[in-house]
Amino acid sequence: MAMTTSGTATVTLPTDTQILITREFAAPRHMVYKAWTTPELVQRWWHANRGEMAACEIDLRVGGMWRYVMVTPDGLEVAFHGEYREIVPNERLVSTEVFEGIPDAEEHAALDTLTLTEMDGRTTVTVLVEHPTKEGRDMHINSGMEDGMQDAMDLLEQVAVSLG
Amino acid sequence: MARAATTADAFNAVAEPRRRQILDVLASGERPVNDLVLQLGLAQPQVSKHLRVLREVGAVDVRESGRQRLYRLNGNALKPIHDWVKEYERTWSERFDQLDVVLEDLMEKEEDDGNDD
Repeated sequence: MAMTTSGTATVTLPTDTQILITREFAAPRHMVYKAWTTPELVQRWWHANRGEMAACEIDLRVGGMWRYVMVTPDGLEVAFHGEYREIVPNERLVSTEVFEGIPDAEEHAALDTLTLTEMDGRTTVTVLVEHPTKEGRDMHINSGMEDGMQDAMDLLEQVAVSLG
Repeated sequence: MARAATTADAFNAVAEPRRRQILDVLASGERPVNDLVLQLGLAQPQVSKHLRVLREVGAVDVRESGRQRLYRLNGNALKPIHDWVKEYERTWSERFDQLDVVLEDLMEKEEDDGNDD
């Protein structure tokens, strides 16, 4: 696999129903895990500069719920929630993810797997998002963006290469 | 969910699996229609129909070469789709840039605290 460029998240679509996000961080993995699972810290980065966090709840135990809400400058509320399924501190976190802004949101719940791998004090983060359907995945990618683009494609990676 | 009936944009044009297969084949180079018929195992009228849709959105260009018509991929027409995923990638990049700042703070704090936990 190609190395991720520091400062840039790499997003690929491994299959019709998956999204894979990868990024390397200049910190040991127990810190990345802490920043990922502590509400006061999540509030500082999850908004991606697209709004302010209106809620950030984390009940970090198997069966516990999480919920993140962001409000954009024009008042749009973007909310996600889910349930923790598997917790291996500093290594692996599996949870469901529901984007509340789509019809039949619960049916389209994705399964997210966070994996932290440390080498020489640096941590590679991978987030694998698995949707039950291709439509669900495309809606997820589209979340918070304009509507009408639900049909992405698995060809994308080759095409991206052909664009140079 | 309401769907536009038109195939006149790149998103709809590539929503059809056979058309994606055609683009896959053309991604490796220019091909006459007969090659596509062989590789896809479809009848020629079907392949021609898919090629017409792809040409309408500009995803595929055609040129005459002797008695053959050669089809090729035009990546620029598919750029809206590429851009769409790129926007998702940008969101995560900015999210992670913020996370970098949080991690720097945590590192400093851990140094200050020493081994007292």
